[in-house]
Amino acid sequence: MLELIVISTLNGILFGMLLFLLSSGLTVIFSMMGVLNFAHASFYMLGAFFGYQLTKWIGFWPALVLAPLLVGAVGMAVERYGLRNTHKHGHVAELLLTFGLAFVIEEVVSMIWGKSPVDYRVPAILDFPAFTLFSTNYPAFKIFMLAVSVLIFVVLLIVLKRTRVGLIVQAALTHPNMVAHLGHNVGRVFMVVFGVGCALAGVAGVIAGPALVTQSDMAGLLGPILFVVIVFGGLGSLPGAFIASLVIGLVQTFGVALNGSLASAFGPLDPSLGPSVLSDIWNVTIAQIAPILPYVLLVLILIFRPMGLMGTRES
Amino acid sequence: MTAAIEILNVEKRFGNVGIIHGLNLSVAQGERHAVIGPNGAGKSTTFNLISGHIAPTSGEIRLNGDVISGLRPFEINRRGLSRSFQVTNVFARMTVWENVRCAVLWATGHRYAFWKNVDDLPEVRQRTAEILDDINLLHRREVPAGLLTYAEQRELEIGITIAGGADVIMLDEPTAGMSHAETERAVALIRRLTEGRTLVIVEHDMSVVFGLADRISVLVYGHIIASGTPDEIRGNPKVREAYLGEEAH
Amino acid sequence: MSVAAPSASDIRPVARSQSLKFYGIWVIVAIGLVVLPVIFSSGGSLTSFSLIGIAIIFALSYNILLGQTGLLSFGHAVYYGLGGFAVVHMMNAVAAHGWPLPLPFIPLVGGLGGFCFAAVIGWVMTKRAGTVFAMISLGIGELVASSSLILRSVFGGESGITTDRTALPHMFGWSFGPQIQVYYLIAFWVMIAAIAMYALTRTPFGRICNAVRDNPERVEFIGYDPHVVRYLSYCFAGLFAGIAGGLTAINFEIANSAYLGAVQSGLVLFATFIGGTAYFFGPILGAILVTYLQLGLTSLTTVWQLYFGIIFIGIVMFAPGGIAGILMMHRPLLRAGTLGTVIPSYLLALLPTLVLVGGVILGIETIAHYTASQGEGNVINLFGIPFNATTPSTWIIAIVTTIGGFLVARMTWRRIVEAWDRAARGARDQGYLA
Repeated sequence: MLELIVISTLNGILFGMLLFLLSSGLTVIFSMMGVLNFAHASFYMLGAFFGYQLTKWIGFWPALVLAPLLVGAVGMAVERYGLRNTHKHGHVAELLLTFGLAFVIEEVVSMIWGKSPVDYRVPAILDFPAFTLFSTNYPAFKIFMLAVSVLIFVVLLIVLKRTRVGLIVQAALTHPNMVAHLGHNVGRVFMVVFGVGCALAGVAGVIAGPALVTQSDMAGLLGPILFVVIVFGGLGSLPGAFIASLVIGLVQTFGVALNGSLASAFGPLDPSLGPSVLSDIWNVTIAQIAPILPYVLLVLILIFRPMGLMGTRES
Repeated sequence: MTAAIEILNVEKRFGNVGIIHGLNLSVAQGERHAVIGPNGAGKSTTFNLISGHIAPTSGEIRLNGDVISGLRPFEINRRGLSRSFQVTNVFARMTVWENVRCAVLWATGHRYAFWKNVDDLPEVRQRTAEILDDINLLHRREVPAGLLTYAEQRELEIGITIAGGADVIMLDEPTAGMSHAETERAVALIRRLTEGRTLVIVEHDMSVVFGLADRISVLVYGHIIASGTPDEIRGNPKVREAYLGEEAH
Repeated sequence: MSVAAPSASDIRPVARSQSLKFYGIWVIVAIGLVVLPVIFSSGGSLTSFSLIGIAIIFALSYNILLGQTGLLSFGHAVYYGLGGFAVVHMMNAVAAHGWPLPLPFIPLVGGLGGFCFAAVIGWVMTKRAGTVFAMISLGIGELVASSSLILRSVFGGESGITTDRTALPHMFGWSFGPQIQVYYLIAFWVMIAAIAMYALTRTPFGRICNAVRDNPERVEFIGYDPHVVRYLSYCFAGLFAGIAGGLTAINFEIANSAYLGAVQSGLVLFATFIGGTAYFFGPILGAILVTYLQLGLTSLTTVWQLYFGIIFIGIVMFAPGGIAGILMMHRPLLRAGTLGTVIPSYLLALLPTLVLVGGVILGIETIAHYTASQGEGNVINLFGIPFNATTPSTWIIAIVTTIGGFLVARMTWRRIVEAWDRAARGARDQGYLA
């Protein structure tokens, strides 16, 4: 039991940090531009596939740098040629544009790399157990993933607190209306912020790809959870996104690891009752309902705190 | 007689910043009351507090004797208070006719009715047409509100505000950005439309204020420093110092 | 405008001739629906018409949210799917217990199913509008879709729940076994639902929905609670989506969890938006087009969804009013008689635009075939011309037609804009355009 708790906590924090790599970019983009980037998880997927392809061509380490840059470039192009032209039609049009984009990216990825998982492997140098806890070998690559996400987290903090761009981003987070007064540079600032946000998602993709499954439906699977994270944390709040990422990461990881059900806790139902909603609920394991736990959290937060954990904004 | 609006010791803080402190104001029924003050004095906040857009941190606001502080805007509106906005705030994609008609619907008791044909309600049609006639926009009734000229939108804004038949009308800088001729027209319009009702108006144009108001209150840094007839306000040394004095610079 | 200022007493109720014209349209549509299967009587077209009819109801129900109330939902299929399951269970119950409920009334059960779920969950969901609502609708959609796989006794797991529509009491001697009878059942409900939804837009509630869409803040100051308006709108949308889902279940005699999934929600959004949300008939056009494309493209290409996505992005970026918006843009020009000056620029743009589209299609198909066959020789048949995905010439043709087509097309598009501006000025001078 203790083993399960320790390992799941580690995995949960890891998953939470990955979520934060995505939700932080999403939050900053939303705060500055008012655009909820529906395609954000698709950029994560692009990161994974670019990482896979570049690893095949030039090796993992160059890919780790190059793939996110490529994803960032794609993101900047999307901002420059797509969002900027759509801006005049309002936020709903922008959201719809990114929705269509998510759809197109998924189709293009499955067109090029197919619908089945690609063989994106952990680089050999990191393919060993880092330590053994009780009876579980904890892979070094996961430690590496954790290190990368923590490193980026720290760099982000420094950028936010110490640089001019960071100050602008911070100001935008607290006073969303002031971005309009940035002057003639506003277009370039938006483009860079959007690009950086997408590149962060790309990094997450490159490092998550070998550990999870790199497949054309990975954006569709992660995207909704990502939106739960930012609604749960409160739209436009970075601390909220951070807490929510960890909470959802831990909840899901623990959910998957637990095998209990009402049947295992209280004994099986009388079989003569036959199949019913009750027997469905009675027999389902926590692991089976793990995928819906984030959405249950979403409903709960909506009922009890509609603004989200740290949210202050109406829309 | 109970006052139309009574504000008792209202305070409003945003975080640690106090915008309004110890605000007391009484507007008698049937009175035309102007609120003036320098920029950032809290005039719009006061409007937002009275109309329920934001809730006061402490204190009490009464409408015709009933406490309304803490109520939602639509609840306050249903009790007979209607306001306009400083920035034009109309239903941009709907026609002028639809704009005014929507503002008539609740007051005529049709509420959320989804079983009545909206074109088939004679009293709604009648009242909408009268209001459009009053604000001189009848000939523009088929035009989407977003395509009106600025002055026309301001008039429509007033039309929407009075359409529900509220007996307390609050206008937030109704003539802002208008030319001299347009302002004169708007003032005549306001005077005519608010006949027999209570009017609270925020205005920067002093000729409008002194021409229209029965009483004037001067708001400086979230506090009423003087309240009285136009003559009293003109002669008040505190007002001269705090507000009119600034204007002379 | 040189119109004499009207006075308030001049405003009369809708003129009789106008209301005649209005009822005329509905009668014509009804006759059209009756005659359609007589003209196109093949089994394939009957199936297509049935699906299109259902898609029309579904898209119109979605537009109650998006076009009327300004609510962007990513989870509208939930109500469609639940309607379908409600209908399947009801049909099985009717057959099992021998209740005297004939099939034509069954879609109402679907509507009730969609309505009830919307009524229960809608109050929480519609607390917030805008982006937050969109995200919540997505989350709820995922929640319901995932839950449906857990509650196997209700949703039948992966395989779904089947039913037999002929097991219900017959009506007018119809067993509803043959597709033609199902088609007429669907056509009947299309008329009912479309009229009801159109009527809804003409009520005080419908108009307040528009007001909430345009400016929810101001609505609060004319006596309305925007949350209540959004909630009611949400319930109505659930009701009609449920009817559409119920008809699908009757049509296929099955309901499965795919009905309430994200793909279905995405498709209805595509159909509605591509058709145009600002006019009542927009979603109808969109439903016809998207269903038709879906049926047609699936047999032609493996990447049909990619084309959907591209069309959708194109509409969002260049014609946010959808097809209906493009059509209605021409009305003032037509009235002013300046439309003729625009037509030549359209004709001029047609060829290069087609070349561009052809190039893009060739490019996409070439990549699709190349990767699908792992680089082995593979022949694509495009517009009757065979192309080999592995020969460089195919790639070059695709690139040249795409880039060349784009460069030339862009010039002709500019001409359209210029011609359009002139024509619009003419229309404005005559008072047909504000």
